[in-house]
Amino acid sequence: MQILFKNIDMKGLANIDIYEKQGGYQSLKKAFAKKPEEIIEIVKVSGLRGRGGAGFPAGLKWSFLAKDVFPRYLACNADESEPGTCKDRELLEKNPHLLIEGIVATCYACQIETAYIYFRGEFQHASDLMDKAIEEAHKKGYLGKNIMGSGLDLDLYTHLGAGAYICGEESALLNSLEGRRGEPRLKPPFPAVEGLYGKPTVINNVETLCAVPWIVNEGGEKYAAIGTEKSKGTKLVSVSGHVKKPGNYEIVLGMPVREIIFDLAGGIRDDNQLKAFIPGGSSVPMLTADKVDVGYDYESLQEAGSMLGSGALIVMDHTVNVVEVTLRLAYFYMHESCGKCTPCREGTRWMWQILGKIQTGEGVGAQVDKLLDICDNMSFKCFCPLGDAAVGPVASSIKCFRSDYDELIKKLEGDKVAT
Amino acid sequence: MFVFTSEEKNKIEKIVGRYPVKQSALLPLLTLVQRRDGYVSPEAMEAIGKELELSPAYVQSVMSFYTMYHAQPTGKYIILFCHNISCQLNGADELLKYTAKKLATDVGGTTTDKKFTLHQEECLAACCGGPMMRVNDTFYENLTREKIDQILDSLP
Repeated sequence: MQILFKNIDMKGLANIDIYEKQGGYQSLKKAFAKKPEEIIEIVKVSGLRGRGGAGFPAGLKWSFLAKDVFPRYLACNADESEPGTCKDRELLEKNPHLLIEGIVATCYACQIETAYIYFRGEFQHASDLMDKAIEEAHKKGYLGKNIMGSGLDLDLYTHLGAGAYICGEESALLNSLEGRRGEPRLKPPFPAVEGLYGKPTVINNVETLCAVPWIVNEGGEKYAAIGTEKSKGTKLVSVSGHVKKPGNYEIVLGMPVREIIFDLAGGIRDDNQLKAFIPGGSSVPMLTADKVDVGYDYESLQEAGSMLGSGALIVMDHTVNVVEVTLRLAYFYMHESCGKCTPCREGTRWMWQILGKIQTGEGVGAQVDKLLDICDNMSFKCFCPLGDAAVGPVASSIKCFRSDYDELIKKLEGDKVAT
Repeated sequence: MFVFTSEEKNKIEKIVGRYPVKQSALLPLLTLVQRRDGYVSPEAMEAIGKELELSPAYVQSVMSFYTMYHAQPTGKYIILFCHNISCQLNGADELLKYTAKKLATDVGGTTTDKKFTLHQEECLAACCGGPMMRVNDTFYENLTREKIDQILDSLP
């Protein structure tokens, strides 16, 4: 089932003529024949959930826009920065018009006249390609004044960030877009009420918006018929790490992780043993190999003790040093903490320091318990989700592989005595 | 003295016109200057501030938040070498060390001929092609020692 990745490897798909020949921009005709609120209803019925990480129902999010307050804005989140995730980049570089089409339909539904695509700074190349696509769309009348006679005026611009993971958090993204430091804002008010420039704002991930044209074309019920009872539709999964065929794969939600790793991604490199996997990007808890039959959908992964997150499946074989991997992730969160709130700023640094001591043999016995204590003191106490994300890999690696930590500490202590 | 050319002035006007609030153009203008000069000098911060009606101190406070802006001159090519999890699992650490040794610079440093600046970088969204690096705007994936030699040796 290919909704997002249909024709993805077709040569020249980024060109508007070729995109149109594949049925591109057809959803707009259908959308403009309906009232804006009908489009919101269709997306609600489809069950489409935010594909950036939080998984919030997209149609519901749109329906929260403050009534009768204008102008409204749309900010498309193309700040793809969650370690392990590289699906949006593929969509952006290979099929930019799909995103533009999704944005136009969404802006019609939400009565928005100005939209921005916020790219992470390292995506200069993708942003340049998008600028070209936007120009093409303008020339064809899919952007600009009175689009296809619908009465909708829409301007779409790209906006480049400059290297800050936190700007993927929606309110930090808005600050960055306003020319400020990318620090998160206190919620409520939520962006649907007070977002960009204090106005009602829709923020959606690239993949979410790319699903909209298909839903408008085929109908909400048809999309809702795909997947599991609560996890509807298809999802792009970035499979990376110790697999034979790493890559982005479009799956129907609910597909067992085993099939993703062993069928789609070709199995574990060198036919090694699977040791662990992180199902939804570095911020979600890792799972042990015995969970490999879990369905890849929001509910099943949660039941198994983790999350679907951004859809990045990171696979680790039996040769992996769990402490070393966790140390690297702890470094990442320490590096990316914006410093606004104390539990995150201090907690991420302590975790990184303690893990470093364990890894180099300076740590003694109670260090692992201290790590768990810090996790407790950070969980649900940070200003934004980055703090909880930082806890994810540390707490779960200890939960799953405490013996790896204990053995390493014992071994290094033994080495010390021996010297 | 830092000055914008008339062509750049036009460009700036266009960029500012995308937003209802001038300040929104701050990141795009910092990027514009850095792409021209390779870094953003204190004089440039002042000039940008003038365009957007912001104090130089404010410009600096925003600029310093983002890791991609440089306050000092850098090499002609900026190498961002990913060392995050997916690349790490596929041998990025060893290759980063190799690259540093090859260029005879520390990670974070610039070569004496000012050709390369080498940074270890957090995830760049090319996880299925790790290990990877970005050299200026170009992504290079599935790196090996041989590939790194080939890429870096062929840059003018």
